[in-house]
Amino acid sequence: MGRAVTDRAPDGSWGRYPPARHRRWALNHRSDRLPGGSNRVLPFGNGRSYGDVCLNDGGTLLLTRGLDRWIAFDPATGVLRAEAGVLLSEILAFSVPQGWFLPVTPGTQFVTLGGAVANDVHGKNHHVAGSFGEQTRAFELYRSDGSRIVCGPEENGDWFRATIGGLGLTGLIAWVEIRLRRIANPWMVAENRRFANLDDFFALNDDYETRYPYIVSWIDCAAAGKGLGRGIYMAGMHAPPGAPTAPPPARRSLTVPFALPISLVNRWSVRAFNRLYYHLPRPARALTPYQPFFYPLDNLLEWNRLYGQRGFLQYQCVIPPEAARDALREILNRIASSGQGSMLAVLKRFGARTSGGLLSFPRPGVTLALDFPHLGQKTLDLLSRLDEVTRQAGGAVYPAKDARMSGEHFRCYFPQWSTFAKFIDPNFSSSFWRRVTAD
Amino acid sequence: MRNILIVGATSAIAEATARRFAALGARFYLVGRNAEKLAAIVGDLEIRGGQAVHSESIDLDWLEQHPALLARAVQALGGIDLALIAHGSLPDQAACQKSVKMTLAAIQTNALSVISLATELANLFEARGRGTLVVIGSVAGDRGRQSNYVYGAAKGMVGLFLQGLRNRLNDKGVHVITVKPGFVDTPMTAAFEKKGLLWAQPDQIARGIVAAVERRRDVVYLPGFWRWIMIVIRHLPESIFKRLKL
Repeated sequence: MGRAVTDRAPDGSWGRYPPARHRRWALNHRSDRLPGGSNRVLPFGNGRSYGDVCLNDGGTLLLTRGLDRWIAFDPATGVLRAEAGVLLSEILAFSVPQGWFLPVTPGTQFVTLGGAVANDVHGKNHHVAGSFGEQTRAFELYRSDGSRIVCGPEENGDWFRATIGGLGLTGLIAWVEIRLRRIANPWMVAENRRFANLDDFFALNDDYETRYPYIVSWIDCAAAGKGLGRGIYMAGMHAPPGAPTAPPPARRSLTVPFALPISLVNRWSVRAFNRLYYHLPRPARALTPYQPFFYPLDNLLEWNRLYGQRGFLQYQCVIPPEAARDALREILNRIASSGQGSMLAVLKRFGARTSGGLLSFPRPGVTLALDFPHLGQKTLDLLSRLDEVTRQAGGAVYPAKDARMSGEHFRCYFPQWSTFAKFIDPNFSSSFWRRVTAD
Repeated sequence: MRNILIVGATSAIAEATARRFAALGARFYLVGRNAEKLAAIVGDLEIRGGQAVHSESIDLDWLEQHPALLARAVQALGGIDLALIAHGSLPDQAACQKSVKMTLAAIQTNALSVISLATELANLFEARGRGTLVVIGSVAGDRGRQSNYVYGAAKGMVGLFLQGLRNRLNDKGVHVITVKPGFVDTPMTAAFEKKGLLWAQPDQIARGIVAAVERRRDVVYLPGFWRWIMIVIRHLPESIFKRLKL
């Protein structure tokens, strides 16, 4: 059975904001019971959501990392069923040597399978494979009344669509079944191209999207004027058979040991880093192991501590295709003129695909992800100004990365929220959900 | 090919150890109390490379059942090469102080049932002329402290018993390993605050156990630094130690 953990330490999300305090209930088996009583609970995987979708201030977190067993794997078809607390990194360590890869992966491998479904995460191959929910074949939903609902696109489809992107609110995802994709080896063929502005980006994108399954771009958001929207375009594909058979060298990882009192990421370091990164010579085409291609930050462990005690805020929006150019230009302008730079600005065009999740974020259009050191009110004000642009353009903001959007904006970005609300487990809640439905 | 019997197979340390042996293609006979949890572990170990994973759910406090249990394991595996005894429960010290019954129940689970199994397994291994017996003890068994001396006394008894067994079987081809973990982040210790540097993950202990088997160690503290801590703890004069709030 699950065990209550009375924990005096506060718990945080990846952005280290907002602060929250919890009771914790560790799950170690999928047959463990859920805590009873009126204390509201929320599943918590590996804490890689940035804001408060993984927080439940004043309530209980159901710690799911103890649910880390394989249930079934068919080496002929690549169909894998595993408990929801398994990390994507654990799946890769198991599957890559056997010639299988994740069908969709976000930019870190340190998220749980359950978290990937609950946030309907996306990756560099959205234009060809859609989001994680689209690649999910089935899962079991464990409700606080003790019932267990096996869900798939056809079986209990309404529960399936509510739980994909459902932010952990519809019940505990106990296990998940996905189909892995075949690879010939652990290597990637990667291409890098510099682009001088947004128009160049769109031109490159039209060309590369038809040829490459994995695409992402980095943008220098400290650049203004003529260089507005300049960046690096990165495309890749799994290497064909015949690439080196030797496994990639093991990467050494560094750990940021503690959160500094102030952020190392500030307007000067952002400007310097962005300029350097833009001009850094890099090979146009190269063979690279899959880890640095998909997870460039994963070997700097606990990198969120670089942002200091106050943490940081992410802003990821998606803008519909027809409005994308103008809205992105406006967003980059507003950031440049605020003087608050983003160290990592990432741009990608989503495909015209949908997982069907009622609260899913990915939708046709261009998505831009930014992160800002939390400087207090002026950072919150800047993000509100970005929200004006996103809303006007008919876009949306990603809940998994949000800690501050208004309830009004959320309900406008996710018009199916009231349909979704009917599927929420009466004993489940989150800081995020209370925040966006309070007013 | 290694045939491994694990008693207390649903414990976090045992499961982590089983995963490491599964990757080496071991065959298993898993014994635990909860059939549902055992079934989940069996399925997992098979995918990790474990061969012929058998399981049986039983209440280990029922000592009379031990010989038959071992006979079934031997039958299923065709002989046992390695036995890991990992079951146990962390009693509530304060409650034990008020209840002789609870104290004796804790001694039954953590000491007597372990000694019963170790005796049977030792005889089995001795007759066969080989075998490795690994038992999970605890640093708590090195010195009695007011905060958990019931658990400590049980683990201490097991430690002393294994010393004798090791001595007896030294030239019989039978290897006896006492594992003494420090603080481990498991469901058994869920009630503790686990933020300190002294806390280890079950897999760290598992790695140490596999290494101890390979290197034929006798007594291992896991992680290794506990050896130095316990040297200090064991050598404090009782006149001083009795005043400490440990």
